[in-house]
Amino acid sequence: METESKSKREVAREVAREVMPSKILSDSNLKVPVKRPLKVKSLCEVCHARKAVMRRPKNFSSLCKECFYQAFETEIHNTIVGNKLFYSGESVAIGASGGKDSTVLAYIMKILNERYNYGLNLVLLSIDEGIKGYRDDSLATVKRNQQQYEMPLEIVSYKDLYSWSMDEIVASSGIRSSCTYCGVLRRQALDRGAAKLGINHVVTGHNADDVAETVLMNLLRGDTARLENSTAIMTSSSGSPIKRSKPFKYTYQKEIVLYAHYKKLDYFSTECTYAPEAFRGTARQLLKNLEAVRPSCIIDIIHSGENFKLKEKRKRETLQYKKNCRNVQQIKEGNNKNIDNPIEVRSDGSVSIFKGEKKSANGFVDGNRCEKCGYLSSNKICKACILLQGLEHNRAKVLIDTDTSVDGAAVLTKTLEKLTF
Amino acid sequence: MSRGGLDQNFNGIKTKQLTVQKESSPILFKDLINHIVENYISNKKDLETFIEEDTIRPGILVLINDTDWELEGKEDYELENGDLITFTSTLHGG
Repeated sequence: METESKSKREVAREVAREVMPSKILSDSNLKVPVKRPLKVKSLCEVCHARKAVMRRPKNFSSLCKECFYQAFETEIHNTIVGNKLFYSGESVAIGASGGKDSTVLAYIMKILNERYNYGLNLVLLSIDEGIKGYRDDSLATVKRNQQQYEMPLEIVSYKDLYSWSMDEIVASSGIRSSCTYCGVLRRQALDRGAAKLGINHVVTGHNADDVAETVLMNLLRGDTARLENSTAIMTSSSGSPIKRSKPFKYTYQKEIVLYAHYKKLDYFSTECTYAPEAFRGTARQLLKNLEAVRPSCIIDIIHSGENFKLKEKRKRETLQYKKNCRNVQQIKEGNNKNIDNPIEVRSDGSVSIFKGEKKSANGFVDGNRCEKCGYLSSNKICKACILLQGLEHNRAKVLIDTDTSVDGAAVLTKTLEKLTF
Repeated sequence: MSRGGLDQNFNGIKTKQLTVQKESSPILFKDLINHIVENYISNKKDLETFIEEDTIRPGILVLINDTDWELEGKEDYELENGDLITFTSTLHGG
């Protein structure tokens, strides 16, 4: 069985390497030479008039600048309309880092909004992680984008939200886990920034390469819980008013870079000064090598990801005698309503109350909130709070008796918010 | 010559002008790659961020006079004086 599938894979690779180029040559009456005499300029396959300047990775067609712009913009428009990402009059925050993806996203959103009358109210939303020499420079780019695209800009910083900047976190916990902290904190920060603006929809510049990379990573890690949802173009959790979407889900990174280059968009391009996420880097490299052999693999991986459907988890039967025991116990406590629902007594003496929340197959609980900060979380305490707790623990060793506001005003506000009856 | 963080491998040099000398055999793009590897990559550890299996690493976008090098014959492109070669990394975050 295994050898059979292996040979199939090899055959597929052979096909990609050998059959495809010749097929392309015969399919499109291209002037690409077979024997490669050099300096032959191919013409655009769409308008047959201008010089082709790029080859599209998804279908190998060679296009001129104008036709490339047209195809690029129209495809994104079709993605937006086909998936009904927006409604007229909606306020949308564009997650803007100043990098190529988000700069192109801001530009594209602006022109499509005007061209097709989406009726959107667009705002730039940036996160300041507090990384000197990286984020301060890229934020300067976002501020220029704000002028160029005439959109309001909101910047929320880690320092304000969590009372920690990334530089401080790295100084305290080392460079190794920097991406773990940053990723968890950024996710929340974007939501909070949007909530602050009263906006319920954040668009991000995640492109096809990113999505395929995530599918690959989840697959390689066996993270089936995430695998099923990793290709969703729009994600929203019940309980959280803020949804996120990726208009670039089917857009190749190469085309985004080319678009930014040809349009001379003002973007910032420097690697984050801290260590890259090691495993993601490996997955990215793998994907790039696959793409070199077979460019359509990026879209193909997304397609596969979209069709992954997890087998429904088998529910473990609770033995009847255990149920009886629990029911008896609950009746003793005078609680008849929640029979069959387990009640957990926590170490601090508080008792969990289950409101009949639907537990999905992968174990996530919808609408559950972090007990510490009130952010949506599948656990009792959200990941950000757990990470921050660890940090505070370390900071206590460093700072001596001056800091009384360890928990910060934000946490206090959120604690108060929780006190509704 | 290079953009997108790649300049870190080249001592921060962003553009560099080279002259193609007319010789009996034409100078191809792969000769340029060798030339860059031998002369401009300051730290040999960085080689793998630019080169893989004797060609430009997948994920680095190469433009010859603003045209995708895939349309120009890639490593076998014949260089001329005045050609503008751009390397852009697509590998880092967006």
